Amino acid sequence: MPQDSVLNTKSSAVRTEEMVLNMGPQHPSTHGVLRLELTLEGEIVSKVVPHIGYLHRCFEKHCEAMTYPQIVPYTDRMDYLAPMGNEFGYAIAMEKLLGIQVPERVEYIRVIMAELQRISSHLVALGTYGADIGAFTPFLYCFIDREKVLNLFEITCGARLLYNYIWIGGLSHDLHPDFVRKTLEFIKEFRPNLKEVNDLLSHNRIFIDRTANVGILPIDTAINYGVSGPNLRGSGIKWDVRREDPYSIYHKFDYDIPVGEGKYGTVGDSWDRYYVRVLEMEESCKIIEQALEQLPDGDVQSAIPKRIKPPVGHVYARVENPRGDLGYFIISDGSTSPYRVKVRAPSFVSMQVLNELCKGYMVADVVTILGSIDIVLGEIDR
Amino acid sequence: MGFLDKEFTDGNIVIAKAEDLFNWARLSSLWQVSFGLACCAIEMMATSASHYDFDRFGVIPRPSPRHADFIIISGTVTLKMATRIKRLYEQMPDPKYIISMGSCSNCGGPYWEHGYHVLKGIDRVIPVDVYVPGCPPRPEALLEGLIKLQEKIRNESMIKKSA
Amino acid sequence: MKKAEEIFQILKDNFPESNLELKNDQPTEAILIAPPLEIDKISLFLRDSSELLFDSLMNLSGVDDPKALLLSVYYHLESTKLKHKITLKVSTDRNKPEVSTVTEVWKGADWHEREAYDLFGIIFLNHPDLRRILMPYDWDAGYPLRKDYENPEFYQGMKVPY
Repeated sequence: MPQDSVLNTKSSAVRTEEMVLNMGPQHPSTHGVLRLELTLEGEIVSKVVPHIGYLHRCFEKHCEAMTYPQIVPYTDRMDYLAPMGNEFGYAIAMEKLLGIQVPERVEYIRVIMAELQRISSHLVALGTYGADIGAFTPFLYCFIDREKVLNLFEITCGARLLYNYIWIGGLSHDLHPDFVRKTLEFIKEFRPNLKEVNDLLSHNRIFIDRTANVGILPIDTAINYGVSGPNLRGSGIKWDVRREDPYSIYHKFDYDIPVGEGKYGTVGDSWDRYYVRVLEMEESCKIIEQALEQLPDGDVQSAIPKRIKPPVGHVYARVENPRGDLGYFIISDGSTSPYRVKVRAPSFVSMQVLNELCKGYMVADVVTILGSIDIVLGEIDR
Repeated sequence: MGFLDKEFTDGNIVIAKAEDLFNWARLSSLWQVSFGLACCAIEMMATSASHYDFDRFGVIPRPSPRHADFIIISGTVTLKMATRIKRLYEQMPDPKYIISMGSCSNCGGPYWEHGYHVLKGIDRVIPVDVYVPGCPPRPEALLEGLIKLQEKIRNESMIKKSA
Repeated sequence: MKKAEEIFQILKDNFPESNLELKNDQPTEAILIAPPLEIDKISLFLRDSSELLFDSLMNLSGVDDPKALLLSVYYHLESTKLKHKITLKVSTDRNKPEVSTVTEVWKGADWHEREAYDLFGIIFLNHPDLRRILMPYDWDAGYPLRKDYENPEFYQGMKVPY
């Protein structure tokens, strides 16, 4: 809450009342079907209650009825802006339970796809964040670059948005012969475009005035709530699942973990969370270049089991999705369908912090703070 | 055929039926309610971005349903959301049209069997004009759906009430 | 960095009268079983003890077991400073499911517990705001993720099955 908030000093001469305002499920800036119930004192927000569940698609019930390979397309549709990350997490959890070791080529391709997906997801986050604040042009620029990434995905597996590509034990298709050349071309074109978006939006005086010192998240609150990903790193702590709880072959690459430093305001404000995402895109480019150089040969489908019947037991595995740390908790009872699958979605956990972050700011700042947390309703409601 | 394909003879006078004029005006500037539910909404956003531009057909996203001509239901409709969509539909002024985009709003999509909270098709609640299949449909498919809607409007009659 | 057996030993030393068990015969991880009404005291100790420092709750999920007539809750905990992890499990009777809440210890457990209540019907004692979160507020057809759940025919005039 800001120091000079009106909630701290109330005048007793005039009788005032609180007003409840509904930012309903249909709203241009709520990033999906989310209902926010704001309790206002004039223009200042005193409480925010989010209501979710408008996109609850019963993913966990479907998992209990489908076989293990059939669940992969459903995991795509949870966080529909980063489907490769979802599939990756599920594959890693199942391979841990089954004890399968995939060939090296598969590991490299999975990392390349996950990092390309991180770039595409952050582009949407930045584009829509600018559009919420009122800057429409960066939205169009970000989507042009995103189309190039989607073209790369399309020549690999045939789909633009929801891929069904990373299977348990391998991949569905090998890379197209032109993939490596086209990806290197994309990265060469992307770096100057990233600099252009930075000049347009990140260091723009109006954008800084709207986002700096707004929605400050202290580190202890963040860890107690379980916030992860760029939201946590924006508060200044270097916590990344790829380093802390390593999975796949991330230990072979040389990349940096960007954190928020409070350049234009306090550490942990909305500008920091936004800028961490911009810097992460650059780091993803580095990882992709290194992976493409070291890419070995091999067969991507050799380790895929014919019939998946894991032993009785349970597993919890997590990956670093663009929105935070995505965890899968799978309980198996020895048959071809899981007994229980629980997905720990990063946006579900990050939404709970919204009330703490918005206290004492104005209604227009609620949009800024919500955009900086970068939620996806498909993941929250599953 | 375009309304303005007719020849101008005496100065700037074109003679045509009133129906054609109204239909042409309606289909050339369809304004949509910016309403996206799930994954199909991302393809809808990609359709309105610069690669597959929506604006060249006259489609502008409007935040309020009272300013809009049509609504694209893109994404899974849940039981909790269906009552709100009905209210949005009733707030739109006539003439209004609905495009159901994606498999989930056509018939329940991949969640048809075990989805206890999924409405199996938006046409159980509001009347749909055009169904665009796909999961998610490509932007080109959505554009084709829009063109089919334009053809439907072109063949509308002022006297006969639509179904 | 402590192993599951060491953590179990520390807990047993500090809570001698509680009924704690360690189960590590199944693949991938050991589970620590704890009584449902004392989980809040145990969690507070786990978070504040200087040897353990479990400051982050990764996941909280409900599980239905109709054969044993139990409803269970699994907690996955992690320490960001000491880098170790543990899994806890509590089980309650299916007809009267009551578990103490851990929202005082980790605020992030709030919505996870509401979801477990919504989908399984597990009541969390002393929860600040226990109501449905994903299903509509007036859903009266039961708890969907239980194994014996049946779909209602109609909800507010809309047909639910295909």
